[in-house]
Amino acid sequence: MSSPIAATMASTTAAGDVSLTGVTKTFGDMTAVRDLDLNVPQGEFLSMLGPSGSGKTTVLRMIAGFEDTTSGSIRIGGEDLTRVPPHQRPVNTVFQDYALFPHLTIAENVAYGLRVRGQSKSDRSDAVSSAIAQVRLEHVSSRLPHQLSGGQRQRIALARALILRPRVLLLDEPLGALDKQLREEMQIELKSIQREVGITFIFVTHDQEEALTLSDRVAVFNNGRIEQIGTAREVYEYPQTEFVARFLGLSNIIPARTVEQLTGQARVVSVRPERVRLLTDADATSGNDIVLAGTVAEIVYTGPTTRVLVDTADGLRLITETQNSHHPAADVEVRRGDRVRVAWTDDHSATLP
Amino acid sequence: MKRRTQLAGLLALPMFWLVGIYIFSLIMLLATAFWTTDPFTSKVKPGFTLRNFEQLIVNPAYLSTAVRTLLIALAVTALCMLISVPLGIFMAKIAKPWLRGLLAVAITLPLWAGYLVKILAMRVTFTDEGFFNWALGPFGITGPSFSVTTVILTLTYLWLPYMAIPVYTAIRQLPANLFDASADLGAGAWRTIRTIVLPLIKPAIIAGSIFTFSLSLGDYIAAKFVGGSTQMIGSIIASNINLNPPVAAAFAVVPIAFVVVYLLSVQRTGALERM
Repeated sequence: MSSPIAATMASTTAAGDVSLTGVTKTFGDMTAVRDLDLNVPQGEFLSMLGPSGSGKTTVLRMIAGFEDTTSGSIRIGGEDLTRVPPHQRPVNTVFQDYALFPHLTIAENVAYGLRVRGQSKSDRSDAVSSAIAQVRLEHVSSRLPHQLSGGQRQRIALARALILRPRVLLLDEPLGALDKQLREEMQIELKSIQREVGITFIFVTHDQEEALTLSDRVAVFNNGRIEQIGTAREVYEYPQTEFVARFLGLSNIIPARTVEQLTGQARVVSVRPERVRLLTDADATSGNDIVLAGTVAEIVYTGPTTRVLVDTADGLRLITETQNSHHPAADVEVRRGDRVRVAWTDDHSATLP
Repeated sequence: MKRRTQLAGLLALPMFWLVGIYIFSLIMLLATAFWTTDPFTSKVKPGFTLRNFEQLIVNPAYLSTAVRTLLIALAVTALCMLISVPLGIFMAKIAKPWLRGLLAVAITLPLWAGYLVKILAMRVTFTDEGFFNWALGPFGITGPSFSVTTVILTLTYLWLPYMAIPVYTAIRQLPANLFDASADLGAGAWRTIRTIVLPLIKPAIIAGSIFTFSLSLGDYIAAKFVGGSTQMIGSIIASNINLNPPVAAAFAVVPIAFVVVYLLSVQRTGALERM
């Protein structure tokens, strides 16, 4: 566990603490969020991860105030904001498709919040130029939003929200519309900006890799509930439900029947492909290893890794993934149809309910 | 060669209509404005004189009628805007679908009824023993009777759909997250309407105002049936159409000139390019 989080959690309520208690949201007879409790300490980067319709965006919109809660309460810095309208909440939002005002220049967009607060043009001009400089876009400040690229608009949306020094920044899939390379650049930039300003970030995404890379903690949503919340390592390595195991990367789910045959204990386990070893005849196994025999069904080269899919006698398909650290020209030693053994160390797997 | 024949076939009727009927009759009207009338026989004689236009300025009744018509058209346009913007915001952003549908029907309903039917409806409402005085008389309120005010109300009633529909459509097309973003940045509802909604729907308001303004300038039936003694440009054209066609023609140029001036001033704001 990273220590700064533990430290703030122990202290009394800080201004940027977000706390949701028993929050439920229904739309007609559809329940989007059910009885949700969530505590985000000041300064944390929390990702809400889940498939579409899992309730993560609704939770974000309730924190922003765009949606009422059906029941439950939302507090920021100990203050009950459940019935406070969005324009009076100490939070700002970066929207999925940026929501820049199309008729205002970039500088006017960034200045909008200060203008609403009644700051005069001369008072706000310094703040506006430094906010635009923070996202390195000084040269576009007199342009209109449609003249900017997606990545530039994204950064302006960030500057427009951060200029108001919110206690909490809400980000609704802000990188969803960008291509892969730009998205990775922006992830690094987001992370460093968050460290710099030190405010709470609540980040909605459906991209598990993005959630794992960016966050102090990840909350995995499914059907309006949090399935699991923890550090990236915790949710990835020790998924508590099959949903979490499957949603975060590839996973081998071994049914209880098979595990019972191998270990004597009837439990479902999840084991990550990179933790499953492909054994040659010479490879030794230790007493902690669980070993299965099977036939190579498929070999998939992904660049950095090679995946070998192995079918076992009782109809299970296991995925193994190995780093391609051998000589680039050399092939993997197995071929389709080969009889092989696969193994993993028992405590490298997670037991599912 | 075949393409040319096809093109000619396609455009023959529309071009005949546009050039032969539409443009030609307007040019004839303009030309007539410079002709004279024999004072005894009322026969129109081709020629060239500016006397008809001079009349418009020199005759105080003509001048005041032109000014009155302009003010009525501006008032109708302003009233249509004042009704359409809040209505459009409510319909597009707040109303439930069934209510939105109901309001859309209510707005377009007057378009289905005949023009004279609507004017008579207003006449029945505002006549001295009419609905307005009957309903509000007990509270000591008396209606505007047949006056300029009633003309403005009637024209607003007639032309409101031409403003309300484009304004509603424009608000409907504004992305919902612009409203969210404005609130998120601290703006209350009124602020958002002023700084985000109004600038973004300006092209629609201008499109609507071109209709309400020019239709009001050209109307005289409303003035005749609910205006009492109110005269508009159209009233004067109508009364001169047989007696003195050149004066009628010269007066007909006035609303056209108003609309041209209006379009030019609107164009200076750059709103037409975005329409």
